[in-house]
Amino acid sequence: MKCFSRYLPYLFRPPSTILSSTCHTEADIISTVEFNSSGELLATGDKGGRVVVFQREQESKSQPQRRGEYNVYSTFQSHEPEFDYLKSLEIEEKINKIKWLPQQNAAYFLLSTNDKTVKLWKISERDKRPEGYNLKDDDGRIRDPSTITSLRVPVLQPMDLMVEATARRVFSNAHTYHINSISVNSDLQTYISTDDLRVNLWNLEITDRSFNIVDIKPANMEELTEVITSAEFHPQQCHTFAYSSSKGSIRLCDMREAALCDRHCKYFEEPEDPSTRSFFSEIISSISDVKFSHNGRYLMTRDYLTVKVWDLQMENKPLETYQVHDYLRGKLCSLYENDCIFDKFECVWNGSDSVIMTGSYNNFFRMFDRNTKRDVTLEASRENSKPRAILKPRKVCVGGKRRKDEISVDSLDFSKKILHTTWHPHENIIAVAATNNLYIFQDKVN
Amino acid sequence: MISTMECGADAQNLISISLMKIHNSRTQRGGIKLHKNLLVSYVLRNARQVYIKEKYAEIYRMQQYEEVMTVCNEIQELDPLDLDAEDDEEHARTACCGEGASPCGSVCHRGAAQPAAHARTASAVFGCASLEEDTREPDPSYYRSCCMEASPAPHCDQLPASGSAHCNKTTVLDLDTHVVTTVENGYLHQDCCCDAPPLGQGAQTPAKKRKVEPGCYVSDVEEISDFTAARKRAKREDCSYHSLDYTDTSNISNLISIFGSGFSGLLSRQADLEQICSKQVLASLGAWTRAIVAF
Repeated sequence: MKCFSRYLPYLFRPPSTILSSTCHTEADIISTVEFNSSGELLATGDKGGRVVVFQREQESKSQPQRRGEYNVYSTFQSHEPEFDYLKSLEIEEKINKIKWLPQQNAAYFLLSTNDKTVKLWKISERDKRPEGYNLKDDDGRIRDPSTITSLRVPVLQPMDLMVEATARRVFSNAHTYHINSISVNSDLQTYISTDDLRVNLWNLEITDRSFNIVDIKPANMEELTEVITSAEFHPQQCHTFAYSSSKGSIRLCDMREAALCDRHCKYFEEPEDPSTRSFFSEIISSISDVKFSHNGRYLMTRDYLTVKVWDLQMENKPLETYQVHDYLRGKLCSLYENDCIFDKFECVWNGSDSVIMTGSYNNFFRMFDRNTKRDVTLEASRENSKPRAILKPRKVCVGGKRRKDEISVDSLDFSKKILHTTWHPHENIIAVAATNNLYIFQDKVN
Repeated sequence: MISTMECGADAQNLISISLMKIHNSRTQRGGIKLHKNLLVSYVLRNARQVYIKEKYAEIYRMQQYEEVMTVCNEIQELDPLDLDAEDDEEHARTACCGEGASPCGSVCHRGAAQPAAHARTASAVFGCASLEEDTREPDPSYYRSCCMEASPAPHCDQLPASGSAHCNKTTVLDLDTHVVTTVENGYLHQDCCCDAPPLGQGAQTPAKKRKVEPGCYVSDVEEISDFTAARKRAKREDCSYHSLDYTDTSNISNLISIFGSGFSGLLSRQADLEQICSKQVLASLGAWTRAIVAF
């Protein structure tokens, strides 16, 4: 398997703080990462409501070894903490998801969301500024009109590149519950935002109304048995979307059938194995992420212990199941006590849909090659990160004699978790968020 | 069949932990997380099922079911107003309800290894003692239900000993419509206690005060409001529970009241109240698992 044998470690820290591996502020914890559709830009969102966008350097012939490094391109405050006075609730500024819009002109557009509000941001460059105004000086001071004796035509002069981010749309007041995901439609005109009980369809141009297309809120809240955990549009079919539930099922819906897509057209669920039933069966079967493959033929879902690949044509069981960290099955009780069992891991496809990746604890992340059925565990850590070094596969010892370089289950650090990862759409470049650090790994391809 | 082999998971311990999580979630930044609380409620339900099963298995092992019923019948003839052990009761109730916000009744949880343990468990969840000590009914055989509202400062209506009807309120706020629904149960614990033979009294234990007749509540089920109708549906789900007549709607309302307002009071007396909460939770029905999410 073409593994990540060489990597370029980048440890990006938020610019305002000095961090060590053990000391960081809560606000700096990265809460989402996303490549744009070309892979040129990489956006991260954090708990403090900030968005940091990285841009890949252009390859230069003079410095071929600095091939495509990512540097900070823009930083802006996307969301601020708010207070809902009606319900006496504080609304966190944490960025839950970022989704890029495909580039249509010189500017870049992305959607970012916290628990309640989605915002459309425009990121644009300015490298020229007009000089030579008549009514004001170059530094902005108003000129006394009586002193003007002649007119001049302002001209654009080059200036240092400035990247500015402006909020173009704010989509608010449409969600009673916490937004967990957003997904841009392939028609590039609409997108969906999803909370625990509802999915709303928006037009990117219209902020004062949205259409509710899924509503699973029961008439009597006491009868609530499941919530929506994630939703995504099909990558090609603009009328199809899927949403996952806390009960471990996925529903595929067609918006052409009815205005309200409460009736699914496909229902994916694997029957539970009664022999593995435990106190925590419901928790570990809750799906934390759902992703369509790039080719639109498969769905991938992540629950607490496994990643599953589903064929859209087969609803009764997954096509493939990968064990991410099955050694945790015997530790569910303590993971419940320390709340780790509620961690929501994400999963990603590579560009060709041949490899899938997801995170784990101890800053481990796992890759599964669907064709060769081989898998690897890698670690994102500063101690192991040296430029141009090879990422060494890691192994967790589940019992018996622990070999050298293996780590035992009891030694795993559950405070170091990799929940968010993203894969470059075309190349073998991955970005991995480990708490407050961002690691970008690249597979060297000659 | 839930495996209890993982990490020596103790059902009662899980229940305590889960209740604590639900309590903590109410003060977390960002508001109550519906998804997480729903999952916690599933753990609560699973733990309760295991606990009940284990308890029943233990009881059945110790004594035949018929003997248990015989004991119950014998208890019916006991004087319900036996005041000899009142001091213990009073003390327990004071311990439970010293905090103004606590709706939790003094639950008999002493001497767990009793043949009638299951019955005591059932009776333990019934009713809740008065919140205000100065107006506490001196007769420990009566229970006060608490009027709980969604506001942080719950209060409890005190009933005169004559036992006029009082309301057992639970308030639910619908986050979408912002409609506050208050459900009232016009049932009087005292009436039921007086009318029906008490159940679940270990003859040897001070717990015999804890008498509530499930039968009387069952008879009132038909008159309950929509809110408690949900509990009725939940009763049918839990067959094993139902067959042993542990269906008590007021327990659920008490539990929901606890979740609604009484946690800080409950949890200030950690050791006792863990037991109390656990016992109450265990003897309740499935509806409370979903009632939690209503917050």
